[in-house]
This record gives sequence, C-alpha cells and structure tokens, in this order.
Amino acid sequence: MKKYAAAATTALLALPLAACGDNDGGDDGGSSGRTTLTVFAAASLTTTFEELEEAFEADHPDVDVKLSFGGSSDLVAQITEGAEADVLASADTQNMDQLVEAGLAAGDPAEFATNTLTIAVPPGNPGGVKDLGDLADEDLAVVVCAPEVPCGNAAQQVAKAAGVTLAPDSEEQSVTDVLGKIEAGEGDAGLVYVTDVTAAGDKVEGIAFPEAADVVNHYPIVAVKDSAHADLAQQWVDLVLGDGQAVLAAAGFGPPGA
Amino acid sequence: MGARTRHVGLPRWIHVPALLAGVFVVLPVAALATRIAWADLPGLVTSPAARTALGLSLRTSAASTVLCLLLGIPLAVVLARSEARWLGPARSLVLLPLVLPPVVGGIALLAAFGRQGLLGTQLEAWGVQVAFSTIAVVMAQTFVSLPFLVVSLEGALRTAGERYDVVAASLGAAPTTVLRRVTLPLVLPGLASGAVLAFARSLGEFGATVTFAGSLEGTTRTLPLLIYNLRVTDADAAVAMSLLLVVVAVVVISLVRPRGAQ
Repeated sequence: MKKYAAAATTALLALPLAACGDNDGGDDGGSSGRTTLTVFAAASLTTTFEELEEAFEADHPDVDVKLSFGGSSDLVAQITEGAEADVLASADTQNMDQLVEAGLAAGDPAEFATNTLTIAVPPGNPGGVKDLGDLADEDLAVVVCAPEVPCGNAAQQVAKAAGVTLAPDSEEQSVTDVLGKIEAGEGDAGLVYVTDVTAAGDKVEGIAFPEAADVVNHYPIVAVKDSAHADLAQQWVDLVLGDGQAVLAAAGFGPPGA
Repeated sequence: MGARTRHVGLPRWIHVPALLAGVFVVLPVAALATRIAWADLPGLVTSPAARTALGLSLRTSAASTVLCLLLGIPLAVVLARSEARWLGPARSLVLLPLVLPPVVGGIALLAAFGRQGLLGTQLEAWGVQVAFSTIAVVMAQTFVSLPFLVVSLEGALRTAGERYDVVAASLGAAPTTVLRRVTLPLVLPGLASGAVLAFARSLGEFGATVTFAGSLEGTTRTLPLLIYNLRVTDADAAVAMSLLLVVVAVVVISLVRPRGAQ
C-alpha cells in the first residue's frame, strides 16, 4: 500500500508543471451591494489607473472598480478565453486589433495616450550607461522585454532605427519585470517606458536617448462587448479620455495622437 | 508489506471520490491534447527553440537533482535521526519552499545571491556572476526541489527504523559505515522516489527561475519559461511544448514507479 501511495504522490506532485497562475485580482470586493467594474489594463498603466480608480469610485460609491494589470497580449488572451472584463486598455494597437478581430470590442477603440522608451539604470548608474549604444555591450547586464510583447517589439524597433544590436542578458515577459530587475540592481540597464521611470521614483534613473522618438507606442482603450455594465464601462472610458488626461500627463505619458 | 495479508474490504463509496480525484488530475492534461495541432506537432517540438529549451531543462534539472542529493541526504538523515530539540522548528524552516509561492522563492534568492544581495556582492568580488546565468536556474530549481527529496527520504528513514543500524553498530561498524552500508541501502526506494520528485519539480520550475534567473534562450529559458513566452504569440507551439513537458514528466515518473509498485 505504502509504495502505491508513494507512486501516486509522485504522479500528483509532478503534474502542475508549467506556469504559475496569473493574478485574477484576488479579493472578492467584499460587500454584496456594490457593482464590480473590471478593468484590464497594460502593466504600464498601474499607477495612473489606480489613481483613476479612486476618482471613479468617489463619483460612483456603489461601484467597486477591479483593476487587473498585465502584458497587453496576456490580457487579450484572457478576454478571448472568457475572462470577465468590462474595459481593456492596451499598450499597443496590435493587441487591441486582436480583440477587435475577435469581435469582443464594443465599438472602435480610442487612443488615450502615447509613450516612448527610455533607458532605466539603477541609482548611481553603476554600469556607466550613457546612450542606447551602450546596450550593445556584452559586459553590461542588459534587460529588455521579449520581442513577442509590445515593449520588446518597441525595443527592437528602436534598436533597429538606431543601428544598434542589443546584447540582452534577459528577455522578460513584461515591462514591470524589466523594471524589477533594474530596481533590484540585477541589471545594469533596461529599456522601459518613460512613465515606468517616473513611477519608480528614485528607485531607478532614466537616461533619455534621441532615437526613442522614432518609436511611439499608442495606447487604445475600449469597452468590452457584452459587458454586464456597458454604461459604467463607457463612463470609465470617458474618464480616461477626459479628466484622466491630466493624471496620465503627470505620469509622463504623451498626449494621444503625438 | 511484510507477510502478505488478506485484503480488508474497502468501503464501496470510496471508489467514487477516488475516481473523481483521478479524473480531476487527468482531465486537464487530456484536454490539452484536444488543443494540439497534430499536423504541426513534429515541427513544433523539434524547432531549435524547443530543442534548446528542452536540453537546458534536462541539464539544469539533472544538476539540481544531484545538488539535492548531495545536500538533501545529509539533511534528511539529521532530521530523521538526531534528537536535538531545535530540530522541530528547523524542519519547518527547511520545508518552507514547499509552501512558499515560487515567485517569493525567487525574490528571496535575489535578496541572498543577487548582485546586491546579502552574499551577492561577495560572490561578485570572487568573480562569481550568478545573475542571469544557468547557475541561477540550477539554484532556483534546487531551492524549490530540495524539500521534496528531504521529505521523502526522512519519511523512509523513520519508517525503516534504527534496528539494523543498532545491530551494525554493535558489531563494530563505524557511524559512516553504518550510514553507507546499512541505513541508506535500506531506504533506497524512498531515496529514488525523492530524487525523481526533485527532478520533476525542477523540470516544472517556473516562478523562482523567471524571478531570479531571467529568461534568455540557451542560458536561462527552460521549457516552462519558453511555454510562458510562446503562449502569447504562438498558442499552438505553447501547447506542443506543454505536451513535450508532460511526456518527459511521465517518462521520468514511470522510471521509478515499476520498482516502487511491485
């Protein structure tokens, strides 16, 4: 018996092999009387959308806004797989297009912000990084996003436009992962968005480089089709396109259409 | 075990939840098979990225299993045999990686061995670069897998008891000889299943690796990391790699099972 049990344990424990779960927001929002508005947003929108959440909830005391942040492609994949989202704010147009193609967007997405890349280094710039060309240095620990995700795609385009061959030591799944590696001092330099450096405060330093202007990321937002709270979803979109603009600008985002 | 006893009848109802448990585990993996693009499968699982990731996964998992054996056997023996009082709390601490989310394990490893970590600065001064290296992958895997080996082996040691050790010692064998010739051979099946568990856990390790080691093809991007990466752009490839990982895991498990289940 014991040996069978051991074998069964072996089989059981070995099976959950791959990825850990993505976070689904966790808590249930507590009180039952409140409507939950679920907003899926690109990781780079974390601080701004958290600020807008407070404003929105102040205006709508009966609404609990639940924010779920992640890579735009992850978010779109989750929605197409049936995740209940009311709004999607993506960090690029390609992933938004996928949502539209899947017939899951209510109306046309609207651009609400732009963002450009910058070099992030740990405080004090221990690697002595000066410009984009230094990110081709094999001796520096360079961290970028994987080419498959928007920030990685942008990094590749910027490097190409500048004629630089990046020498990454790690290709991360999201811009927050890149920033995490820089904040921890593991990486000497990383390519992230201007807004990420603003948000990180004094935990990282940003080094602007001229080639960044060649690749501008456009952020579209749309209400998800068949949302149970279509009117609230639209109000969130309106907030982001209206009063939210000041919050976005303060965080370092460029205006839409830039 | 021991003398063959007659079967005590099982309550009939128990087959229902038992079956349910089996279905719960097997169904998702079987469902994975329904998503496979069979026509493209051979091409997908033999792509350079897949081969590189599989090779890296097998090499690092083998290395971490060896490390688990080197470090885990002594630890399990001490936990099972020593009577020191502080061992109770120590056991809980050592088993911590079992309950920690792997990402937390990765952050903890960074705090200890990262470039700005507790020991990281010293390691760097010695010219040991852990960050973004294959060594970091092996360390992450060893960290999460070690408790599996220790728990298996400690349980086996306790079940085996100390009778034969005592006899061997009374016949004049030195402690090391007792350990090598009597204690460990008696728990070989437990040791083997512990090693397989550790290997399987290493093979599936994701969270600590991606946090501590990063993700770069050929250096740190193991099969689970590649699957995580691919599922964004190429869902078919991600499913194919998942199947590959399942097959490898099943092979590994079945390597030990026949002997264990005799």
